[in-house]
Amino acid sequence: MSQITMTQALNRALDEAMAEDEGVILLGEDVGAKQGGGVFKISSGLTEKYGEHRIRATPISEQAIVGACVGAALAGFRPIAEIMLMNFTTVAMDQIVNHAAKLRFMSGGQTNVPLVIRTTTGVGVGFGGQHSDMLEAWFAHVPGLKIVTPSNAADAQGLMRAAIACNDPVIFIENILCYGLKSDDPGPGHVVPLGQAAVAREGSDCTIVTYGRTVLDALEVAGKLADEGISVEVVDLRTIAPYDEAMVTASVEKTGRAVVLHEAVKQYGTGAEIASRLNEALFGKLKAPVTRIGGAFSAVPMANALEQAWIPNKDAIADAVRAAVNWKG
Amino acid sequence: MTDTTIDRDTLRDIYTRTMRVARADEKFRSLLMTGKLAVMYYTVRGQELVSAAAMAALEPGDYLVTTYRGQHDQIAKGVPLNPLFAEIAGKAGGTCRGKGGSMHITHPESGVMVTTGIVGSGLPIANGLALASQNRGDGKVTVVCFGDGATNIGAFHEAMNMAQLWKLPVIFLCQNNRYGEHTAFADHTKVDSIVTRAAAYGMQGVKVDGNDAIATYKAAKAAADRARAGEGPTLIEAMCYRMMGHFFGADFSYMPQEHLAEMAAEDPLPRLRRLMLDHQFSEAELDAIVADLDAQMDAAAEFAANSPLPGPEEIRKDVFEEEIAA
Repeated sequence: MSQITMTQALNRALDEAMAEDEGVILLGEDVGAKQGGGVFKISSGLTEKYGEHRIRATPISEQAIVGACVGAALAGFRPIAEIMLMNFTTVAMDQIVNHAAKLRFMSGGQTNVPLVIRTTTGVGVGFGGQHSDMLEAWFAHVPGLKIVTPSNAADAQGLMRAAIACNDPVIFIENILCYGLKSDDPGPGHVVPLGQAAVAREGSDCTIVTYGRTVLDALEVAGKLADEGISVEVVDLRTIAPYDEAMVTASVEKTGRAVVLHEAVKQYGTGAEIASRLNEALFGKLKAPVTRIGGAFSAVPMANALEQAWIPNKDAIADAVRAAVNWKG
Repeated sequence: MTDTTIDRDTLRDIYTRTMRVARADEKFRSLLMTGKLAVMYYTVRGQELVSAAAMAALEPGDYLVTTYRGQHDQIAKGVPLNPLFAEIAGKAGGTCRGKGGSMHITHPESGVMVTTGIVGSGLPIANGLALASQNRGDGKVTVVCFGDGATNIGAFHEAMNMAQLWKLPVIFLCQNNRYGEHTAFADHTKVDSIVTRAAAYGMQGVKVDGNDAIATYKAAKAAADRARAGEGPTLIEAMCYRMMGHFFGADFSYMPQEHLAEMAAEDPLPRLRRLMLDHQFSEAELDAIVADLDAQMDAAAEFAANSPLPGPEEIRKDVFEEEIAA
């Protein structure tokens, strides 16, 4: 079977959606043909097919980018805002939090904002404190936003199609380190519905609940622990909010143990919400406390040695699973 | 020499819109004074005419984005009074079923797409509505209203630049009411006029006396014509006065006596009445318009009073398209 990279998968999803609907437009810094199709080339070739009126390279003006997308969405378009790096969403928070997320509610359902904010981030490339954050917990705390992140190329394609089709705003997080990942080509028209997690690996002793790039770490750890006789199930949330609580709860009910893993800072992260809900749903059935693994409580450092110390580490993930399995109460 | 001719139908339209705004504002204030309403209310006293004249220059299908001090814009644009009153009262019969209130009046049928409580945030959104019109070629114009206070926030500058860059069919209507909250214009801005900022973006800028019905109407009409012709956005600075405090009931003793006297002399309502009489409208005809409007206000207040309160299930609706779990 032929393979496809995440970059190609995202490009194809945009291409398909734009071919189907004139209302799908892309606004962002450097996204046009004149600028090379985006810093990460996700919109490569699209200006040539759909024109500069639909692929709009913008000034460096994040509030204006997201605001224009909110307005176009109110008029019935399905705009995609590319915010080059996730930290730059902080400059547009008013438009995202006060407007995109709330206009459906505040208007009593008269208007809605079918907007996708594509943004990328990732620890491990030495971008330092203002270009590497995973801020999904900020957005997950805001009623009205959906948050999606793919861990593989096929899901990237399918989730992007679902995000564009969604009638509410979606924050679509891409990880810089994942753009080159290859999947079996899912073919054209592939859609992965929002809100559905996937079991990335089946197991019976402990569930690792995770999403995005750390799914790869979890799978590697699960392979290693299998050699020790520990059977790990890996659940890839795919949609971080609202997440597939039924699947996560069912998996943890089966294994009796859970480690929640994310690249974002551990404190006050989405892991706390998931762990709390697991405790509420499964109190008395858990064989060990639900634990969390996340980034350190500091800005993301630049030096690679420090980055590697900052990021959730595979040994720490394996230790957390072993601790859960060996928990004596 | 500026052309000051105007046809009688347009003038009657401006008068009716102005008085609809004025009588509604008066009604809201009387409901608040008598304790029949207890809500935050940002009175539009002093700014009635500027909206009425501008909205009279637009088409019904054109889009409007405005701010929390926006009742004049919404009413002048055509939001029906019954659901408007009910929304301000927080009732289920309101435009937004009581979930928005006066700061978030929305009524797409009248073109009122967003009312924001965040100063300056409407400008980037207006660009997006205009962008959709530009791509569709639907001929619609988007007008976004804001005060002088909004022109010092980043969103204003980002939006002005983007609108001109893409020649979007948008009108930036700055109602310069001389105060940003409690701070006088000269204490928050060093340039004499907001309109000078248009040049920084290569944009057309026009300054008008917002209490001059004919000048304001013509400025808005010219901007709308330019936008529809694909010639891009216009910044209009319409000079007016906020004749009361920041919100209803707020102290405004910080406004100097000379300013209050200047405002009173420039009150748009008696000035418009004189203009109408100069154009051979009779006192009786004008009084009849106001009497009819007052009957509509009474009916709207009654509609709002009788409208039920929204139920708690509303909290789960409209967060997303699908209702969220209890």
